[in-house]
Amino acid sequence: MTMAQHTLSTAERPLCAQRAVAPDVIERILATHGNGHGGLIAVLEATQAEYGYLPETALRLVAEKSGSSLVDVYGVATFYRSFSLQPRGRHLIRACLGTACHVRGAPMIVEELERQLGIRAGETTPDGEFTLETVNCLGACALGPIVVLDDRCFSQVNTAKARQILRKAATHREVAPLAAAI
Amino acid sequence: MGRLRSVEDFHVCQRALRRAVDRHIPTLVISAGTCGVASGAQDLIDAANEEILHKGLGDRIRLRVTGCHGFCEMEPSVLVEPGRAFYPKAKPRAMARIVNATAKGEVVEALLFHDPDTGQPAPRQDDLPFFRRQVRTILSRNERIVPDRIASYLENGGYSAVVGVLKLGRPERVIEEVKASGLRGRGGAGFPTGLKWELLARAPNGRGKFLVCNADEGDPGAYMDRSVLEGNPHSILEGMLIGAYGTGATEGILYVRNEYPLAIQHAEIALREAREYGLLGEDILATGFSFDIHLVRGAGAFVCGEETALMRSIEGKTGEPRQRPPFPVDKGIAGKPTAINNVETWANIPLIMEKGAREFAAIGTPNNSGTKIFSLVGKIRHTGLVEVPMGTPIRQMIYDIGGGPVGAAKIKAVQTGGPSGGCIPVDQFDLPIDYDSLAAAGSIMGSGGMIVMDENTCMVDVARYFMNFLRDESCGKCFVCRKGTQRMYEILDDISKGHGTLEGLALLEELAQVVKGASMCGLGQTAPNPVLSTIRHFRGEYIEHIENQRCPAGVCKDLIVYSINANCEGCGACVRLCPSGAIAGEKKQRHTIDPEKCIKCGACRSACKSDAVSVA
Repeated sequence: MTMAQHTLSTAERPLCAQRAVAPDVIERILATHGNGHGGLIAVLEATQAEYGYLPETALRLVAEKSGSSLVDVYGVATFYRSFSLQPRGRHLIRACLGTACHVRGAPMIVEELERQLGIRAGETTPDGEFTLETVNCLGACALGPIVVLDDRCFSQVNTAKARQILRKAATHREVAPLAAAI
Repeated sequence: MGRLRSVEDFHVCQRALRRAVDRHIPTLVISAGTCGVASGAQDLIDAANEEILHKGLGDRIRLRVTGCHGFCEMEPSVLVEPGRAFYPKAKPRAMARIVNATAKGEVVEALLFHDPDTGQPAPRQDDLPFFRRQVRTILSRNERIVPDRIASYLENGGYSAVVGVLKLGRPERVIEEVKASGLRGRGGAGFPTGLKWELLARAPNGRGKFLVCNADEGDPGAYMDRSVLEGNPHSILEGMLIGAYGTGATEGILYVRNEYPLAIQHAEIALREAREYGLLGEDILATGFSFDIHLVRGAGAFVCGEETALMRSIEGKTGEPRQRPPFPVDKGIAGKPTAINNVETWANIPLIMEKGAREFAAIGTPNNSGTKIFSLVGKIRHTGLVEVPMGTPIRQMIYDIGGGPVGAAKIKAVQTGGPSGGCIPVDQFDLPIDYDSLAAAGSIMGSGGMIVMDENTCMVDVARYFMNFLRDESCGKCFVCRKGTQRMYEILDDISKGHGTLEGLALLEELAQVVKGASMCGLGQTAPNPVLSTIRHFRGEYIEHIENQRCPAGVCKDLIVYSINANCEGCGACVRLCPSGAIAGEKKQRHTIDPEKCIKCGACRSACKSDAVSVA
């Protein structure tokens, strides 16, 4: 199965449909998370857990219902790396670019994943299947380079293994930890 | 076991748990921290359980699932107690043999760790060169404790230190002991912990005081805090309880990086269990002392490891640092006195109170007491977490413990201190690892990341990598850091692509000094360190990139060419993998790469079994 896709420029790329947000969901999140430490960050984390990303409507509702200005909410949402204002794909692929992974060739793995998926890091494939992101250290440095597919962690990845990971995810087969198989 | 309502309750409970432990029954200890799980530890656990059930060995052998032990390169691994046999890179299908042998008190010699140089099996984990030189005060506990069971912590003596402190009833004793121990902050700055706590204790009571555990661990390549928090979360809670009693703190916050889901999970379980047992909350053990801890998750920002940015993040704002003074002990979270300490610092506290300051200070060197955990990673044979006395020479760490280079390439440097640190070249490897010596060499000890680099690492690329990281993580508040890191990155990028000039190099050095001197917070002030130290020790590589458009290490893509050398046996493995169809050749004949089509992805190099792909 070929993974190569025609790469669309950002202008051509169809806007992934934003999810609908119900005001009572936001109210519930604010009631649970809005008052403790972490404040707005905890609220946005819970919102992202609910919708998979931070829809614009959600940010506006959070601002309206918490009394914060939209600028402040937007500021926090864009300051922290783990928040995404774009819908994410069904599968989230995160490639570690920490120093230990870097010296073991992680940038080439990211390039390979970009090439196979036809997108740049930070983007989602047009069919909504894969989002590719880079991370600045997952703390499994002795086993790098590391690639995480959803919640499965793959160690000592090289370009060949990167392709295998994508192939298995695409065909919906149970993704076995490659390190044990090799 | 239910809620403990008094000190006496605690002792009764602990005694009962300890009596129930039979240390003679052989136990298989499987490390299942993040690394262990990523390597397949769960399959080992399942296979072991299946065999134990199948053969009815439940009363003859135990299985203990723990956090990281530290020899990550060899995971998934199995340690046997009490004999201390060590089975590295264990396979699920071998577990049946291991289980049966262990139940009989025997060892499977073929599966033990064999010394790569002599071929001899090591009878005990402690004989391995990787472990022999370590002083595993903290990490050894990760072998004994099951992280998601408070009973395991209690039966190993956990919470005795804080109960002892509460029984004594003299908060000032805590400060005295921590000061006498000489403990310095393990997060990187090395500020004397006792002094910080003394200042917090002096701050007026009544309005509330905070203690924070900084588990943000942003340095890429450093993961010791993750291992301690995953493997022994209660040690952190106990440390904070002791600190709170000594300083008058009323509330604790455990700030954990959200890239560490397992650490967060174990911390949340530990907090819940501690509250259930009455060891956190109101009127702990009826002593009148109250303290609780809440977990706050990070959201992905390196700058939030800086303490003023951390506090803003806890308050739910953008993580922008601010001027100090006022220092957190005077004005911290919500304006209240706050002390922030690193995970490893907290983990040392119960040990200091239990053994006493003098015993703690007996390890290490003057002004640098105790042990430190380092993450030894990169181009080295044995990667993992290593705990050694402060003052251990770099050479010992890299060659004796780490086993030296992997493959033929010689080790060139070690990068310490993460993005705030610098590279120490091999000719300075006799330096002791402590706060002061590394600073003199142009680096810092930092949180303990040690990234080993060899001849195939390009130092210009390393500087460019760090500067890319830092310009991305710069919060943007002050112009000098925001613009300075950006411009420094651009100059480095130009050099790595063969467009550098000597004037650009001079400008880079000048910019580095300005960013260092004029940035408001630690991120900006230390951002130039990787650049300055690589220029200081590896200037030749920079000149080679600039004057000859050549990358000696064969890394910078625009300056290298992939070719196939005489080792090629014509197997064609590379042809199949090449995404751009750049490789051609007859079967069993030496193949060739078309440089016009080659995109330098490295797939051929990683597939080649004959070392036939050259990069120059």
